[in-house]
Amino acid sequence: MSAIAARRRTLPGFGLTMGLTLSWLSVIILIPLAGLFLKSFELSPEQFWNILSSRRTLNALRVSFGLAFAAACVNLVMGSIIVWALVRYRFPGRRLFDAIVDVPFALPTAVAGVALTALFAEKGWLGAPLAALGIKVAFTPLGIFVAMIFIGIPFVVRTVQPVLQDLDPEIEEAAGSLGASRWQTIIRVILPSLGPALLTGLALAFARAVGEYGSVIFIAGNLPNVSEIAPLLIVIRLSEFRYADATAIAVVMLVVSFVIIFAVNRLQRWAQSRIPAR
Amino acid sequence: MTIEVKNLVKKFGSFAALDGVDLKVDNGELLALLGPSGSGKTTLLRIIAGLDWPDSGEVAFNGEDALAQGARERHVGFVFQHYALFRHMTVFENVAFGLRVQPRAIRKDEATIRARVKELLDLVQLDWLSDRYPSQLSGGQRQRIALARALAIEPRILLLDEPFGALDAKVRKELRRWLRSLHHEINVTSIFVTHDQEEALEVANRVVVMDKGRIEQIGSPDDVYETPATAFVHSFIGESIELPVHVESGVIRLGDRALRLAADGLAPGASRLFVRRHDMLVGPPGSGAFEGAVQHVRNFGPVQRAEVALSGGETIEIDAPRDRELRAGDRVGLEPRRYRIFAGA
Repeated sequence: MSAIAARRRTLPGFGLTMGLTLSWLSVIILIPLAGLFLKSFELSPEQFWNILSSRRTLNALRVSFGLAFAAACVNLVMGSIIVWALVRYRFPGRRLFDAIVDVPFALPTAVAGVALTALFAEKGWLGAPLAALGIKVAFTPLGIFVAMIFIGIPFVVRTVQPVLQDLDPEIEEAAGSLGASRWQTIIRVILPSLGPALLTGLALAFARAVGEYGSVIFIAGNLPNVSEIAPLLIVIRLSEFRYADATAIAVVMLVVSFVIIFAVNRLQRWAQSRIPAR
Repeated sequence: MTIEVKNLVKKFGSFAALDGVDLKVDNGELLALLGPSGSGKTTLLRIIAGLDWPDSGEVAFNGEDALAQGARERHVGFVFQHYALFRHMTVFENVAFGLRVQPRAIRKDEATIRARVKELLDLVQLDWLSDRYPSQLSGGQRQRIALARALAIEPRILLLDEPFGALDAKVRKELRRWLRSLHHEINVTSIFVTHDQEEALEVANRVVVMDKGRIEQIGSPDDVYETPATAFVHSFIGESIELPVHVESGVIRLGDRALRLAADGLAPGASRLFVRRHDMLVGPPGSGAFEGAVQHVRNFGPVQRAEVALSGGETIEIDAPRDRELRAGDRVGLEPRRYRIFAGA
């Protein structure tokens, strides 16, 4: 940008706000993350590899990422249905339900963990009937899955809701009068219009679930190789004063999360580009 | 396709959007539903399209009950005021939509669909935009695409809801003429809703004037303008001078002044007198039914619009030809060339 253009900017304060943005992001995000990387450089590549390829680490990563993705997918489907009901229909208690969606946001995760564990424990309200069916939730990977669904649902609902609210009901009427069935309207008109928002919701719910610690450790049972999540393994290594081990796992989680978020972001941008702004 | 609507009633809460509407539309007609907002015209259109359902009444297409079918089965092309184009689809895919969602048994093959879409885009003269997205088009272009999309399914009836309402005046005028010639070309029974009388009178073969959920008058554009059936139609269509008068034993009074106007066949009681602005002829004082003093004069091209304070106290606006210049302060006599009187205050 030329000096003249800079001087002629209508909105003042570019220098100030940009400077603050950069310093703040550096202090809050970039420097701690860089520190993490530096710490992991204390390990030789061989040690690094050994830590990562250990069975326990791999299993913890698999549990974290695999279950987080599965939970995000469930949240995507159920969240979309909830959004649909909240936006499109007027029913008694709608505002209450709308508020309830935010509970997982606000609730301390430990409280959520304890509540879920009590509910799904073998003698709990839901745990007992499920146990009778031979399904054990608490202290198994299934429990982790449930906790991840719990904490992820508001992310999908809150990202998709405003977009669906903006979607003109007339376009559904248009599709109907052009001969589209209800299904065709949903598949060909509504879902593509919501596409970018759905992807964002999926990514946020996934990221949240991968990083979730508080609610999961109560219900997981934390059995190494079975129901031990990667963040917990990091904590365990730290408590054993094996800081390098902890950072190695942390770095892998960071990189994988970043790659996934980046990919979803690109996908979302691509989807957005097909719907240019109005 | 003929459309027959019988005794249609539709209420939203306690508000009667349609209050007993009867209407017959002939095959190939281009009909305008004209009325102020809240008159029920859009509700009527949406019920014919199957997007809304009446509380009671009948709708028949070619004598066959249409209310038994949903919007999807009715085969009606609907054009929305705000276009309702699919934002995530190109212009081409928007127009092709109706063809692509047909049941597999009757769906055309890809080549036929492409040819048909091309043909429609040619018809609306926008074939060069087929790869664009709706957001990249102007309002007028979007509405033409919306029309092409509605025509793709070869609708039995074409319904347009304030099709030009969201466009600026110049584009609106162009599209009016274009719609008229398009209708001439494809000749499908069409109904369009408008609150713009000029649009209705210029485009339609027949005009239905609505107010408060009822039909006030159905007639040709000339009929509704020249011989309004009700006081509402007279005041809604065209510029009118409206005066409260009293009819009594063959005399029409304005205030306490008897007007030298024929009162044959008029019901006695409070009434309203309507005169078109340009039907008020200006003469020397004492020459007409009314008398007054010119207050203001403004020139509008071929006419001068004068505000005249009548001796009874009312102030009216008249349009006079420019052959005799009026000036503020002039005393004039006014004689209505034509007038209508409707009973009721």
